[in-house]
Amino acid sequence: MNAQADHTPIAQPPGHVTGPSRHVVVPGELDLSHNVILYLEDITVSFDGFRALNRLSLAVDAGELRCIIGPNGAGKTTMMDVITGKTRPDSGKAFFGQTIDLTKMTEPQIAHAGIGRKFQKPTVFEQLTVFENLELAMKTDKRVRRALFARLSSEEGDRIAAVLDRIRLSGAAGRTAGLLSHGQKQWLEIGMLLVQEPRLLLLDEPVAGMTDDETERTAELFVSLAGEHSLVVVEHDMAFVEALGGKVTVLHEGSVLAEGPLADVQEDPRVIEVYLGR
Amino acid sequence: MRTPFSLRLFSAMPAPARIALALFALAAFVWVPVAHLMLPADHALHLSAYWVSLLGKILCYMVVAVAMDLIWGYAGILSLGHGMFFALGGYAFGMYLMRQIGRDGSYGADLPDFMVFLAWKELPWYWTGSDSFLWAAFLAMALPGVVAFVFGWFAFRSRIKGVYFSIITQALTYAAMLLFFRNETGFGGNNGFTDFKRIFGYSITAPETRVALFALSALLLILCLLLGRYLVTSRFGRVLAAIRDAESRVMFIGYNPLHYKLFIWTLSAVLCGIAGALYVPQVGIINPSEMSPANSIEIAVWVAVGGRGTLVGAVVGAGVVNLAKTWFTVSFPEYWPFVLGFLFIAVTLFMPQGIVGLARRLFARRAASGAAPATRVGHAPEPESEPVGGPAAVKGAGA
Repeated sequence: MNAQADHTPIAQPPGHVTGPSRHVVVPGELDLSHNVILYLEDITVSFDGFRALNRLSLAVDAGELRCIIGPNGAGKTTMMDVITGKTRPDSGKAFFGQTIDLTKMTEPQIAHAGIGRKFQKPTVFEQLTVFENLELAMKTDKRVRRALFARLSSEEGDRIAAVLDRIRLSGAAGRTAGLLSHGQKQWLEIGMLLVQEPRLLLLDEPVAGMTDDETERTAELFVSLAGEHSLVVVEHDMAFVEALGGKVTVLHEGSVLAEGPLADVQEDPRVIEVYLGR
Repeated sequence: MRTPFSLRLFSAMPAPARIALALFALAAFVWVPVAHLMLPADHALHLSAYWVSLLGKILCYMVVAVAMDLIWGYAGILSLGHGMFFALGGYAFGMYLMRQIGRDGSYGADLPDFMVFLAWKELPWYWTGSDSFLWAAFLAMALPGVVAFVFGWFAFRSRIKGVYFSIITQALTYAAMLLFFRNETGFGGNNGFTDFKRIFGYSITAPETRVALFALSALLLILCLLLGRYLVTSRFGRVLAAIRDAESRVMFIGYNPLHYKLFIWTLSAVLCGIAGALYVPQVGIINPSEMSPANSIEIAVWVAVGGRGTLVGAVVGAGVVNLAKTWFTVSFPEYWPFVLGFLFIAVTLFMPQGIVGLARRLFARRAASGAAPATRVGHAPEPESEPVGGPAAVKGAGA
């Protein structure tokens, strides 16, 4: 969004041209001047000799809804770990917008920069209520000093109420999150992403364990989020991927095997061989 | 508009807690002074010096238990080295008490007796300023705080968790104990500090001094409970609970758990230090055995017995276990370790929520004969966690 408006380069200190590999890190300032929100180049990650990611390159446009598919062990989750700072790549570049170098940031810094992540296994704070889960996730100053004296403003309360509505948990706001059904926990976690107001959402198998009805509603929600946010969805459920309707990237053995609309990808003989045909 | 801090503190507290606190204050600030100072020694309701000191000591232990509950019950970090912070506070204040002896020691010298015994000619550099009450009081807080901060920074930054963290804290207190056992360390070796004569110029054995120290301990406990209550019902407390439940999630929503853990860890150590400083003049001795690993484990047992994650449970646990210990160590001293071990196992197996959890369950069962099951399951967190000022729909759902 606002590709034209962002054309004026933000925070480019004059005279900072020494060292071509040095990039200026301006936390919180997302530069979308080339309309690319996530850019991975030649990312390699090895665990004890096993190459989880092998020179992976990927670019996601601002406002795009991208699906990542691939067989088990293709490196989907590792890719998310690299983007969110949980895993440091052995080599390669990872940029958020034009200027934010993800490989040099910690997990909380990346979250503040505007990347939200949903885990494969729903992880909500089980001892807290649904409302409190959202309250904690909400975009705000998250330092200790602030948390000690924080009071919920009515505007913040409204924002949480709006998200509760969107994830259809308004009636369960006061319930302990641990008592929710599996599908509701998935939705709560998505809601926790939404109150963070991220620019890029990473969603790892968001519909695992959901009923068909819930899956359908989730697809609707994601499609409505695209444009305003950028989404990267890892999923096995082909019907769901089809319902999302975005571009599909197939990962295999740590690198990109094919990319394009789902119909094209499904006809690609290499894809059929390694994944869909099995 | 901002509500006054004190008002927010009390509004966050359920009515029974307010009543219990008031009764406790009444007992500590009226009953004990009257029973000890005003009633004649042969009066049936007279409280002996032994009992005032014992209760004062237990109050200090209760403060330690509350500090332990903050870190273990709410942040999920089990420390088996809290005895060290307690002892550090005790030693820091003990230095002042040693200097207050003046020339009334056995050797009649300016130096504390143990230094004369070691043939030292002057005070080591780190005893500088120890004759000042303010400096000693500051040290009693700063010393445990700094040690905890430095240790915590390295441990939490390296993401050391769970049992590994517990074992390292255990090693830490053991190492400190060995250090303090050495005469060269300058803290009296295995005898520690004792034979105190005065505090603030007043005789340390005077009944008035004893009651004053007792009242200060009670005040400290009340303040600790209020502070703890405020912390755990604030957003800070909810972040702690979140870290305990799913730390990686907390990071991905943008909190830095390191800062949160470090804050509560350091605060917990400082509270232990203050408790230690009040403990020493009431008990009259501080020696390295306070740092023994078994002592630190006992602190964890108090909290487990009372019920962790409740604050009041820590107070109850410390009281019950220490009163039992007092009775056992007088009547059957050799059996106490077995009783303590049995207590820990029994509580873990049969009463995972401790005494307070058991009481709550019994109370809820009696009260909830007609209530919906949902209110019973969510009994503990709901009343205290309801967001103040949230939308009406949320309030309705939480009630």
